[in-house]
Amino acid sequence: MDITNYVVLAAVLFAIGATTVLLRRNAIVVFMGVELMLNATNLAFVTFARMHGDVTGQVLAFFVMVVAAAEVVVGLAIIVTIFRTRRSASVDDVNLLKG
Amino acid sequence: MTEFVAPEIDWLALAPLIVVLGAGVVGVLVEAFVPAKARRVTQIVLTLAALAGGFGFIAVLWPQIVAQPVQVVGGSVTLTPFALGAQGIIAVLAFLGVLVVADRTSTGQDSFAPTASAVPGTSYEDLARRSGLEQTEIYPLLLFAAGGMMLFASTDDLIVMFIALEVLSLPLYVLCATARRRRLLSQEAAAKYFLLGAFASALFIFGVALIYGFAGTVRLIGTPDKPGVIGVIQSGTAPLAGMSVLLVAGVLLVTVGLLFKVGAVPFHAWTPDVYTGAPTPITGFMAACTKVAAVAALVEVLYRISIGVQAVDPEIMRQLQIVIVVVAVLTMAVGTVIGSVQTDVKRLLAYSSIAHAGFLLVGVAGFNPQVQSSTLFYLLAYGIATIGAFGVVTLVRERRITPGSGEDNGPVGDDGVVLGEATEIAQWAGLGRKAPWLTGAFALFLLSMAGIPLTAGFIAKFGAFSGAVSGGLWWLAVLGVLASVVAVAFYLRLLVVMVFQRAQDEPETSQVEPVETGGSTTGGGSTSEGATATLTKTQVTTAQRVVVTVVRSRGPAAVAIAVCAIATVILGVFPSPVLDLVEQASKFVP
Repeated sequence: MDITNYVVLAAVLFAIGATTVLLRRNAIVVFMGVELMLNATNLAFVTFARMHGDVTGQVLAFFVMVVAAAEVVVGLAIIVTIFRTRRSASVDDVNLLKG
Repeated sequence: MTEFVAPEIDWLALAPLIVVLGAGVVGVLVEAFVPAKARRVTQIVLTLAALAGGFGFIAVLWPQIVAQPVQVVGGSVTLTPFALGAQGIIAVLAFLGVLVVADRTSTGQDSFAPTASAVPGTSYEDLARRSGLEQTEIYPLLLFAAGGMMLFASTDDLIVMFIALEVLSLPLYVLCATARRRRLLSQEAAAKYFLLGAFASALFIFGVALIYGFAGTVRLIGTPDKPGVIGVIQSGTAPLAGMSVLLVAGVLLVTVGLLFKVGAVPFHAWTPDVYTGAPTPITGFMAACTKVAAVAALVEVLYRISIGVQAVDPEIMRQLQIVIVVVAVLTMAVGTVIGSVQTDVKRLLAYSSIAHAGFLLVGVAGFNPQVQSSTLFYLLAYGIATIGAFGVVTLVRERRITPGSGEDNGPVGDDGVVLGEATEIAQWAGLGRKAPWLTGAFALFLLSMAGIPLTAGFIAKFGAFSGAVSGGLWWLAVLGVLASVVAVAFYLRLLVVMVFQRAQDEPETSQVEPVETGGSTTGGGSTSEGATATLTKTQVTTAQRVVVTVVRSRGPAAVAIAVCAIATVILGVFPSPVLDLVEQASKFVP
């Protein structure tokens, strides 16, 4: 199978993730969209690494994973705090700041 | 099998970063091992010492770097004069920002929740407040953010830039959620900032992946034996040289990620909400320091890429310039026009910060490396005025007075008496009489942001606009001047309210919402409404009213505001020493 297909797959996954972020209303689902984007990036990194015959891209994928994990910690903490306060994780309910 | 070669590391060049980030790690240990009573003082001393130490190392490094820029650890940290200058500015602004954060004011409370994780309005939160808990973790978080910003501004490696982006963003997300008052707003600000910030960093890293796909490297300049993106483009040896669409898309996505941090339109949606919701000292810190780091990183990435692209494909270069010009125009327009209809001081300052991002981009859009020293000067002037202005906002408070209880002149130490910040512009009326010095300082910051001569802002704007003119974009500079004029209008409106309007300290109840309904119940006529109105009227003698008061600083914030005010004047009247200093800094490539 042609290796460029993986790049296309990565781009498609990235687009799905971005659409999720922009369209979905639940903060957890929005966050899942971000994670999907990061994992699409990982796929792109390892595919390009394979194309170039170079390990740099594979190492970079590890960095992205670590960052994604750190983001989960902070992000879920914030979302859970809001949920405990408001009993809702919808980004539409969070609308005190406007204008 | 090649033998492992230990890398040569220039520790002195890394010293500013090591001091700041290392102190952040020590700060975490302080949380664990220092007894609760001594913790706050220890953290403040450690934080200020680390930032001062970092600045000291930058000062020591400066002559050496100006003479010969260095790449440390194979370019992961690339210290050019521009990067080092940005680091120095971040260290100075972070120092001033921490001073504002550390001030407990005459109320004896800082701006942070006793335990940020407690659900607002619960007995647990009450208990935490009563027992005087403090969230001293904010100081290590501030250090991590400052360290991340310094690294963000001084790297050539896009992956290191991505990690620095997260190191500076993640603490800021948390800090946004820690306000002592208006906690729902604070948490909401954190959630918005986090979701949009994570989205932007995902765009950034996908851009990096595409650039890696095109060039086979994520370094921009690279080292002599391993050329970076620039070298690969110029020599035409990119692995996928035919697919320049990867390069264009990658650079665009990276630029979008950076513009988000800069707060440029159309990626500015988070700015007003986050600046309003976050604890005010934190708003000042991130408005000033994040802007410096993000603009410095943006300038470095764009200018380095432009070196590579310009020779090979001027068309890509032109398109990149068009993107920046369009964003600059939109940013100035949205910042000034929407800013001029704001009724909240913090929101107004947020839109002013968006407008300043536009003015900065005007200077960047000329793509003239020689004048980028003026960008550094602009960042310094803007940062000083911003930290000072938000410092003033922290001191203007609402105060609830219960007539008859003797609290009118009583001590203002109790939690129930001095409330949160009075951020409505209408509430600032008559501030000139209540606190002339503070008003004077605030006026100075506003005038500097407006770019009035004899303040730092004038010199800064002049530099930024001449940057655009020297790049052949004189019409953009004209637009910039027009936008500044609109901006002057909204700064002056705030000044007029503060100085010339009388304070509206007539009785207001905070308990019963429709206080003036006695007269203004507009013909509703229902019996229950009438009853409420009468009730309010009879209670009005004992009703609590909210007045605007200026709390005294316990020192740090006053020092920060004074330093900012003096620096604003000095940079406006005698700018030449600092201008000469940043003049040496317009060098991007070692």
